Amino acid sequence: MKWVVAAAVALLLALPAWLNSYAVTVFIFIFFYAFLGQAWNIVGGYAGQLSAGHAAFVGVGAYTSALLSARLGLTPWLGMLVGGALSAVLGTVVGYLGFRFGLRGFYFVLLTVAFAEVCRIVALNTDAVGGALGYYITFTGDPRQFQFQDNRAYYYVALGLMLVATAIVAAIERRRFGAYLIAIREDEQACEALGVNTFRYKMLAMVVSSFLTGVGGTFYAFYLFSLQPSSVFGIPLSVEIVIRPIVGGAGTVLGPILGSFILSPLAEASRIYFGQGGWSGAHLIAYGLLLIAVVLFLPQGAYPALRRLWLRSAR
Amino acid sequence: MSTAPLLEVWGIGKRFGGLQAVRDLSFEMARGEVLGLIGPNGAGKTTVFNLLSGFLTPDAGDVRFDGRSLAGLKPHAICRLGLARTFQIVRPFPHLSVLDNVRVGALAREPRMGEARDRARAVIERVGLGAKAEHPAAGLTLAERKRLELARALATEPTLLLLDEVMAGLNPTEIEAIVALARSINASGVSILLIEHNMRAVMTLSHRIVVLSFGEKIVEGAPAAVANDPRVVEAYLGEEYVHAPAR
Amino acid sequence: MAVGLTLIFGVMRVVNFAHGDMMVWGMYLAWLLSTRAGVDPYLGFVACAAVLFVFGVGIQRVLVDRIVDAPHEMQILLMLGVALVLENTALVAFGPDPQRVRSPLRAATIWLGPVFVDVARLVTFALAMALTLALYLFLTRTDLGHTMRAAADNAYGARVIGADVRRVYAVAFGIGAACVGAAGALVSPIVPFQPAGGLGLSVASFNIVIIGGMGSLPGAFLGGLIVSVAESLGAVFLSPSMKELVSFTLLIVILLFRPAGLFGRPAP
Repeated sequence: MKWVVAAAVALLLALPAWLNSYAVTVFIFIFFYAFLGQAWNIVGGYAGQLSAGHAAFVGVGAYTSALLSARLGLTPWLGMLVGGALSAVLGTVVGYLGFRFGLRGFYFVLLTVAFAEVCRIVALNTDAVGGALGYYITFTGDPRQFQFQDNRAYYYVALGLMLVATAIVAAIERRRFGAYLIAIREDEQACEALGVNTFRYKMLAMVVSSFLTGVGGTFYAFYLFSLQPSSVFGIPLSVEIVIRPIVGGAGTVLGPILGSFILSPLAEASRIYFGQGGWSGAHLIAYGLLLIAVVLFLPQGAYPALRRLWLRSAR
Repeated sequence: MSTAPLLEVWGIGKRFGGLQAVRDLSFEMARGEVLGLIGPNGAGKTTVFNLLSGFLTPDAGDVRFDGRSLAGLKPHAICRLGLARTFQIVRPFPHLSVLDNVRVGALAREPRMGEARDRARAVIERVGLGAKAEHPAAGLTLAERKRLELARALATEPTLLLLDEVMAGLNPTEIEAIVALARSINASGVSILLIEHNMRAVMTLSHRIVVLSFGEKIVEGAPAAVANDPRVVEAYLGEEYVHAPAR
Repeated sequence: MAVGLTLIFGVMRVVNFAHGDMMVWGMYLAWLLSTRAGVDPYLGFVACAAVLFVFGVGIQRVLVDRIVDAPHEMQILLMLGVALVLENTALVAFGPDPQRVRSPLRAATIWLGPVFVDVARLVTFALAMALTLALYLFLTRTDLGHTMRAAADNAYGARVIGADVRRVYAVAFGIGAACVGAAGALVSPIVPFQPAGGLGLSVASFNIVIIGGMGSLPGAFLGGLIVSVAESLGAVFLSPSMKELVSFTLLIVILLFRPAGLFGRPAP
């Protein structure tokens, strides 16, 4: 298995040499959303705490590093850590409220959505961050300011983010932290009876997840250069984050990556074929259908199903 | 070995709305003892377990384990102190293998995954599930699930093990096996507090018995004495229980 | 609208994330009827309700039925999928721009005591009340209604006494969908609507239902009143775009301190 992974990584590293700029962009989005999905995977996939408001962390991270760069000249390479930290603070608050008050399943989902929407509304009404018009970042192309002239540089950054997040998830899965999260997802009360401090581990998952997502926010800001509250805090982004691990396999290391490789090209293809301008469109119909299909037929996601097929054929 | 009691229960009580489930209950357990907790359905036995293991907070009274008060402690902390429990309706982690199930318990004492796995395997062998170690827990028979539940709790290396109707739903052969297993666990130094409806099992295993009725302790003593106590017979009247004297 | 949601949850313990999007379709259907067939939404809502009833039953039979016993995460995701499909099919079919339905009642206003009231809103309110009352009577007075409530309380027990639980579920979902279809139609002359509004309406429905209590009809009704009043006050005292903030904050507070809502039964 390790050989396959190494070969794949090598391939991805070498790829930009053969791709045109458009294809590079597609890959950037594959990697970036895989990264966000992987971050979500920690708390949503492994710990089983479905959060539909992760966009809130992207937004916090994005606005933080953007503002720090503009007002204080702080390079986003550091700004992303601050953004991540602030997102982690928000994550701590949401997690604390949710877990301390025993919110499970649907109620927890609603809590996360509520927080994301509150962030969106606040941002929409705060002129200091651009309000309804959004916040714009001037393009300088300065690498020390996390801006690059060449698309390929963004490709490598995004790939790097995805690999780091994946490594973190793989490390978690190998250790007690991961085993506990999986057990918590199965049955929290039984875990408590076995000496697992479920509150602490859920919080830890939430903090790590929100930190990483916040870091991703910086990439978002300095790749797209414009921050609109409804895009960066909105439910559509949360859906994009959540759907990749779900389709690919929540609670697995490769799930979010697989999901992203399935969904991003799908989105692009339907965008091309249906030609609807703008952000939402026909590709979301495909998302919806895919989500329904996964829930009904492959509830554990594509990766576990593929693995079963592989194991069966290997006999 | 210390002669101080392992478990001291002082006047605990618990009320749910209008129902006083447990009222002013006090008893002690010595180290190495097997204490049977019996009583008709609804007597409050599982509530007692929940109170002891931290899933419920007593309205009154205190529980001391190994000299230390358990007041306000969460279940996981109590488990860490050495008091483990099983659930009346078994709750295995369905998608995990038997081994991974038990490993979660072992991780309470051994944070390293590899070592925990080895310890889990040892416990699994001990309870007789060795052949099914890699099976998903969801596919086990009831008897096997009961063993799994037991193994998981055992993997946390408890000093006191609370067994909640671990024999319910098993056939006589399976019950014999569990009784033997419980005995061997006790022989290795683990004290056991068991709730059980199967009178033969309780009588043979227990050193002492506490009888609950409507949340209150009505009798306490050696199995033979309890079996013949008229108050106990009266408590059970109306239910089809046959007392089997200790063999 | 909230009444429909609470019915679905109460009977089947399924949370319908596609609720808002169904409502949007109700609105669009009313619009279609109005522009293509010249039917006033205050009459046409019956048709909208009927169409959505059928749709609801269909969805239930084909999709929801399979996952009634599945873990909740799966149910949520399933309905989210349905929501996505509904929302974006509407987008493709009708375009992203907001629409409004014209009704002859729109322009009329009357004096009601010291207050100027839109006749349109008054009629909407009256019809909504009437429908809610009808639903309440249905649940408490008819056989099917009783069966539904029995199934809500104890699905297994209901099966034991011979109730066709699947059929009850289908009807419940259908009625829930019909409610929201009617709601959409009734509201279409008053508020502008667009496909993207679906999820927002879903969240608003959840807001109301949580506050009033999941599974409780009077709760949904009361919840609706509370939320509307709170939002309006928010719009007046804070600023119009902040009014949603009020309902979300209210939601968070209720989730934390009394998730069962005012009248509700606790979640599974």
